Amino acid sequence: MAAPVRSTADQPTSSVQNLTIGKALNLGLRAAMEADDKVLVLGEDVGKLGGVFRITDGLQKDFGEQRVLDTPLAESGIIGTAVGLAVRGFRPVCEIQFEGFIFPGFDQISSQLAKLHYRTQGGIKVPVVIRVPYGGGIGAVEHHSESPESLFAHIAGLKVVSCANPVDAYWMIQQAIRCDDPVLFFEPKRLYHSGALKAPVDTAAEPDPLFASRTVRQGSTATLVAYGPSVKVCLDAATAAAEDDLSLEVIDLRTLSPLDLEPVFESVRRTGRLITVSEAPSESSITSEIAARVQQECFYSLESPVLRVTGFDTPYPPSKLEEHYLPDLDRVLHAVDRALAW
Amino acid sequence: MEELRMVRLLDADGGAVEDDRYPMPPPEVLVDAYRALVRGKRLNEQASALVRQGRLAVYPSSRGQEACQVTAAAVLRPGDWLFPTYRDTVAVVERGVDPVEVLTLLRGDWHCGYDPSRHRVAPQATPLATQLLHAVGAAHAATLRGEDTVVLALCGDGATSEGDFHEALNFAAVFAAPVVFLVQNNKYAISVPLARQSVAPSLAHKGIGYGMPGVLVDGNDTAALTAVLGEAVTRAAGGGGPTLVEADTYRIDAHTNADDASRYRTDDEVAAWARRDPLVRLRAYLRGLAVLDDEREAEFTAAAEADAARLRAALADDRPPEPAELFAHVRATPTPQLAAQAASLRAELAAERRQPEEER
Ligand SMILES: Cc1ncc(C[n+]2csc(CCOP(=O)(O)OP(=O)(O)O)c2C)c(N)n1
Ligand SMILES: [Mg+2]
Repeated sequence: MAAPVRSTADQPTSSVQNLTIGKALNLGLRAAMEADDKVLVLGEDVGKLGGVFRITDGLQKDFGEQRVLDTPLAESGIIGTAVGLAVRGFRPVCEIQFEGFIFPGFDQISSQLAKLHYRTQGGIKVPVVIRVPYGGGIGAVEHHSESPESLFAHIAGLKVVSCANPVDAYWMIQQAIRCDDPVLFFEPKRLYHSGALKAPVDTAAEPDPLFASRTVRQGSTATLVAYGPSVKVCLDAATAAAEDDLSLEVIDLRTLSPLDLEPVFESVRRTGRLITVSEAPSESSITSEIAARVQQECFYSLESPVLRVTGFDTPYPPSKLEEHYLPDLDRVLHAVDRALAW
Repeated sequence: MEELRMVRLLDADGGAVEDDRYPMPPPEVLVDAYRALVRGKRLNEQASALVRQGRLAVYPSSRGQEACQVTAAAVLRPGDWLFPTYRDTVAVVERGVDPVEVLTLLRGDWHCGYDPSRHRVAPQATPLATQLLHAVGAAHAATLRGEDTVVLALCGDGATSEGDFHEALNFAAVFAAPVVFLVQNNKYAISVPLARQSVAPSLAHKGIGYGMPGVLVDGNDTAALTAVLGEAVTRAAGGGGPTLVEADTYRIDAHTNADDASRYRTDDEVAAWARRDPLVRLRAYLRGLAVLDDEREAEFTAAAEADAARLRAALADDRPPEPAELFAHVRATPTPQLAAQAASLRAELAAERRQPEEER
């Protein structure tokens, strides 16, 4: 393989930069590629175009076509070849263009990628990262706005994470790439370029561990648990509730499989009330799993049932109906009211 | 590997070209095709304008590919079926579906705005190549039902890389299904050029690999497309099995309005293909035959304008769909869970109506 090309672009003078989630992912990928020349990026349109969301912008120019590959248009092909590359020592980062198009690769993910380590009694490691832009609210046609993360969290052998802010975007993608297990990396696409979420990212800082959830706002009245795009919804709800003297705690799960629920249990033992929020349909989902585990661990602390604010159990609707489908601030606050009125 | 000789009946200037394999279609068929091209081109322009005006969410234009679009519809008989993609609005319209109904998808009102069974047009497929297997199944159903129905399925060059494409070709060949695959090779899959999809001498070769005729045709030559697709449909209807047709064409517009094509191709390349415009070529030929005069052309233009005006008017009325539609068709039989969820949304909307906006 060709020697890694060191990037000379955008050399900041300080280690702190104000970034969107999209730009943080781009810089995180860049840092991972600089740190390890076995890291490859592959997917549809990831080269010259920089991906349809520009997350891989400039990577092919700086690291070459050997390391940033525009593949033929086939998701099973992308993931299957990534498995083979990983078996031979590479660390492929696959981009799936939209979550709705991951399914031609589902067999490779669930039957191959997830099981190879187990089948070989640990003999083969498959450190593949699959980046998946997900979630709704972008006014798109069908198959561009779904939240299929629970399907992957259900598969033993995979790790599933989702970032919700630029700092995590920058660090989590690098940590996922360093992880020896396959990681499904879900990215909240409607927030990619959100100026409102721009935040200072210190590229010299010590990051939090990857498979750990985090309390992002402290409160005492009720606990909101969310991940990805729904974290912002919960934080906005908590801000609005504060005006009514309601103190809501917000936990960003960050890791969906394995779940890190200790911080949630600890919080629920204090607040006695839990609302889980996600855009995915509720039946047999991550939010169901949390509800089950919390009632098991915190039964005597609960003052109301665990409530779920989620997408409906329907296919993702056409864009003109998505505002009715997506959990929003009002729906979260309504659930808080219900929990408090129990 | 042996190259396939491309079928071409009209050169770029509209001059007739002899091809020992295919006869020139009769003038009246081509005059009607020209009418359709004028209408299709106008529809592409109008829909693109409607995106800029915020009336459509997105429009994948078939500008430059109008010959493929209109011919795919024209060669089908009333009982035949068409399996289109997101890019094939013009083909679906030419098949007889109201443009307003077709654009329901791209407007964000519903996932399919027409009745597939009535028009014998499957819903436009977004997940690439999935529709090709459905087309094979529908074609095999015709065999089982003893009908002479033919199915024509559309896809792009990029979609030929998907596994479903290959499975569809193989199933079709093994079942000897009455299906015609038309690959519109417009040279790009968003930004990815053909060379990144396939290094075969042509995409038509893939048909040969699966044991069916593979035909490479000039995709901007309406006469050649009419001859090639017409023959493939006739053969399928007569029990002769499937055909893969590759149309050599070009996507003149960006992938969609959201795409910036300047990132991956040059203006010169686009300009060279613009000179091979399917309308210019067919018009010159028909004018030369003296079967197309100013009056006919004015008639076609006026009809296309009337269509465009009707579309503008219809899309100006942007009443949102009913929220209850969210739940109405998830399963053939409604479930209690969904009824409860529908009721919760109704209650939420009723409460919002009771509360004036500023209080929320
Ligand atoms: C299974 C799947 N993967 C990815 C996409 C995203 N996508 C939409 S169109 C497109 C390019 C398709 O190219 P081609 O088949 O050549 O058709 P064209 O758009 O050129 O008509 C891609 C990658 C998709 N729709 N479906
Ligand atoms: Mg194409």
